[in-house]
Amino acid sequence: MKKTLALTTALGLIALPALADVNLLSWGGAYGNSHLEAYAKPFEAETGIKVTMADADNPATPIKAMVEAGNVTTDVASVEYADAVRLCDEGLLETIDPAILVAAEDGTAAADDFIEGAVTECFVATDVYSMVLAFDDSKFPDAKPATPADFFDLQKFPGKRTMRKGAKFNLELALMADGVPAAEVYEVLGTPEGVDRAFAKLDTIKDDVIWWEAGAQPPQLLADGEVVMAYAFNGRIFSAAQGEGKPFEIIWDGQIYEMEGWVVPKGAANLEDAMKFVAWTTSPAPQARAAEFISYGPPRKSAAALVGNIEGTDQPMGPHLPTTAANMTNALASNLEFWVDRDAELNERFNSWLAS
Amino acid sequence: MANALDPHAAIATTAGGLTDGGLTDGALRTADGRPLVRALARSQSLARRRAFLLVLPLLAFILITFVVPIGQMLQRSFYNDGFSAHMPQLSQWFAGNPRGAEPDEAAWAALAADLQASAEARTIGIVGTRINYDVPGTRSLFTATGRQVRRGIEPPYQAALLEIDEDWGDPALWSAMREASSPLTGNFYLAALDRTRADDGSIQQVEERQQVYVMLFMRTFWLSLVITVITFVLGFPVAHLLATLPMRKSNLLMILVLLPFWTSLLVRTTSWMVLLQQQGVINDILTWLGVIGPDGRLQMIYNQTGTIIAMTHILLPFMILPLYSVMRTINPSYVRAARSLGATSWTAFRRVYFPQTLPGLGAGALLVFILAVGYYITPALVGGSSGQLISNMIAMHMTDTLNWSMAAALAALLLGAVLLLYWVYDRMVGIDNLKLG
Repeated sequence: MKKTLALTTALGLIALPALADVNLLSWGGAYGNSHLEAYAKPFEAETGIKVTMADADNPATPIKAMVEAGNVTTDVASVEYADAVRLCDEGLLETIDPAILVAAEDGTAAADDFIEGAVTECFVATDVYSMVLAFDDSKFPDAKPATPADFFDLQKFPGKRTMRKGAKFNLELALMADGVPAAEVYEVLGTPEGVDRAFAKLDTIKDDVIWWEAGAQPPQLLADGEVVMAYAFNGRIFSAAQGEGKPFEIIWDGQIYEMEGWVVPKGAANLEDAMKFVAWTTSPAPQARAAEFISYGPPRKSAAALVGNIEGTDQPMGPHLPTTAANMTNALASNLEFWVDRDAELNERFNSWLAS
Repeated sequence: MANALDPHAAIATTAGGLTDGGLTDGALRTADGRPLVRALARSQSLARRRAFLLVLPLLAFILITFVVPIGQMLQRSFYNDGFSAHMPQLSQWFAGNPRGAEPDEAAWAALAADLQASAEARTIGIVGTRINYDVPGTRSLFTATGRQVRRGIEPPYQAALLEIDEDWGDPALWSAMREASSPLTGNFYLAALDRTRADDGSIQQVEERQQVYVMLFMRTFWLSLVITVITFVLGFPVAHLLATLPMRKSNLLMILVLLPFWTSLLVRTTSWMVLLQQQGVINDILTWLGVIGPDGRLQMIYNQTGTIIAMTHILLPFMILPLYSVMRTINPSYVRAARSLGATSWTAFRRVYFPQTLPGLGAGALLVFILAVGYYITPALVGGSSGQLISNMIAMHMTDTLNWSMAAALAALLLGAVLLLYWVYDRMVGIDNLKLG
């Protein structure tokens, strides 16, 4: 027994320099930078646990490959909600004990502080992003578009629009524009009549839509004057408006939000430190700090008040976040279960519709 | 001593034995008495083995990085054990009961047991995903039922499962599970041809509004053909000019042809966007010149026109280079001879010059066509809705829906079609007539 102990200690000591850190896999870019500045650096300073960051196009893909090959070199990864559910269902992720999550400062339990769906068996959300309508303010000197219905109104607001090439988001938007309240969108979309209704609504603007494929395209199309309105990710519009001073305005009515967050791949080498990292970084203060770097909202209610100014400026970030109360009045939570089920079918129909 | 590799050894015997050597025992012999045929075969096999050793590294490289991964990928198009590997009991029940047999309590019990085991092993997502390909909306049925069944389930299983969700009684679902119970399946190929299997197992077309792949295959081949023809029309004079100009000038022109060839594909595609869009350079110039009014700006991108323009530009060097290398070798005196014999310049071109460029034309056309068939980034960025090609669907299934079996089936069909065309080309023109440079 003693011998084994000595041996494992010795082995542990040898392996220690390599093990005593958390390997974090993130997305790079401005988003990866927010992880570095708000999470990795402060966590390292506070706990002394070193965080090594790496980037991937979409961390979910390497995670799947790593776990299936049995060579897991990542301890914590940032993935989209949909991928987290898929990977979790396929048994590729460690379960995260919700008890490790830090309570809010006023004592509210973590479970009540997170917005609905932000914590699952294998996933803890770090931020909320959304699909929003945006327009070029200079193109509408008089009446400004303000609702999804306005986006489909070619008479009142003429000009080309740009939308994501795919069924997701567009079908929901079309229904909301057709008068379906956010709360009932997926119920309606679950019926064949609802899908027909959504496509019929899309038909009304089909000839005036330029379809985008990469997230960087919509702000570019707006800036070039190719389109007057866009349906795009809020972070992209924000950075074009904020960073390059473009006159782009966001319509928060009818926004569809989704979450991103941490997962721990099955067989992660530094499980204990990984969990510490997950717990620390999802506490309110670091989440609020991350939101100052990029316009993705914190998924904890108590973090909203802690968000300060946009990094490097003296303007508050609050109004630009999807999670701010004023922006959430007619917001729709993207229904992941629905899309995992119907993705292929609706996209085939969408592509057939596009091509006809 | 006589050496089998020494040519004189054979000659020494054949000198006197060409006829009577054959008569005595039916075989020529070397000086040391071995049959010539065997000695030759041995020496040749030695040489072959040495040559093989030389190409072995390349062969291994191609096998490991090309043939094996592509083979594995294509295998997914007809082999998917997502259901059968994780639902063994129910798969066995299907094997023992022919199509049309109503699921009895044994089947329901097998289903419940498999669901339970699969939920425990966290493989229920894989099972659900597999069935979801055939019956949309069933993935959550599997995962949600799995979560409940994990807590325990009591017989009678049929009633218990139907109580969890009545969708379990859907005959379409049972038909799909039967299909999936064997890992070998042709269903992905059916789906790739806009066909589906009805509940009774017969093959039928999918609803019209779901049909997309056949149309995209046709469009891909049609657009590729159009682009090949355009690159020929544009590239032929350029190649001719390159081949006939003095070296110094043609080198300069050659750099102009090659420069875009060396530029990143993405950069070239983006440049076309800047040029062609409605608020772009060309429309600006036309408006400024007064050719079109400010409201009549042309839509030249985000549609088929955009795809054709950008792809033609990108693929042009693949037509020019083989044409150029063939044209350089054509002796100008042939055309001169034709002219001196009274042919008009058109006849001389048509009957003397043009036929000699055919090997280069064949190579260029084949290269451009095959590359165009697999194009993906350019149509995705500039193609809008009417410029999408089949490769965009393959990419969608690879990265978005993660239905790799479907992607593999589409890719296999595309590969098959290209090989078929290659074969037709070989029969009609002959692959020996191909000249790449």
